[in-house]
Amino acid sequence: MKAKVLIRPKQGILDPQGKAIERALPALGFDGVSQVRVGRLVELEAEDPNRLAELCEKLLANPLIEDYEIELDGS
Amino acid sequence: MTTFGVLQFPGSCDERDALLACSRVGDARLVWHEEADLEGIDAVVVPGGFSYGDYLRAGAIARFAPVMEAVAEHAAAGKPVLGICNGFQVLCEAGLLPGALLPNDSLRFVCRQVELVVENAETPFTRECRTGQRLSIPVKHESGRYFAPAEQLDELEARAGVVLRYAAGQNPNGSAREIAAVVNERGNVMGLMPHPEHAVDPLTGSEDGLQIFASLAALAADPKTAKVSAANALIKVSA
Repeated sequence: MKAKVLIRPKQGILDPQGKAIERALPALGFDGVSQVRVGRLVELEAEDPNRLAELCEKLLANPLIEDYEIELDGS
Repeated sequence: MTTFGVLQFPGSCDERDALLACSRVGDARLVWHEEADLEGIDAVVVPGGFSYGDYLRAGAIARFAPVMEAVAEHAAAGKPVLGICNGFQVLCEAGLLPGALLPNDSLRFVCRQVELVVENAETPFTRECRTGQRLSIPVKHESGRYFAPAEQLDELEARAGVVLRYAAGQNPNGSAREIAAVVNERGNVMGLMPHPEHAVDPLTGSEDGLQIFASLAALAADPKTAKVSAANALIKVSA
């Protein structure tokens, strides 16, 4: 089954990448954009989607600093 | 004599300097990441670099290398493990040390000499230092911002788990509470972002890093009399 895993920095953790993007936007004429946070998107195909959470905890995300969301294709 | 084992992952780049630093105080050999046996090795050094390209997160893939199981057993047996820079990241990812290393708050790769303050000189890694002593050691990293939840930081401080701190105004990466090095609860696994192996020769401006390796060498010589033998060594030198 195809799945997408969205990984983002936990709330409250400084995301310098998001900040850098946010600061660059006004220079390009994009005003009024704030709270930019940068995460990762992992696409994969899993035979057993029930094991995806475990896979996220152990490798794809570091639960101390990141939250993750699993999106199963068609769900 | 202490035998050091310096791990080598694909993408490691500081293992030669670490090997050289260890060789100045003991025997040392490289340990390829596919080796699963640390027989005969007293102290493990997980060196700096970009193991497995730092893909996903720094240290995230390296922790699954075959050698890391042996490192976990080595640590569980109470033997010393030192993680430098990428090695610190690997040890955090492997759960051998608390916390995580995040991208620098400046988003820049920092490469410069920093002043560190020894907060705990009672660890196997800092026995040759004095509490409050300052060490001049370089940093070079992009993800060195030490992070742990506030309650974990409190717990760390309460048990003297913070071994080195960046001196006032020297924090190069936004690390929480100026933390540069932490030790596990048992006291035998330490990680630090600065590179002591790049500060072992007057040629590079500072020899302060050698004290970390010398501490480990003194420990393995005889764990119970490490302090005494280190003191004797100093007396011999001055005599």
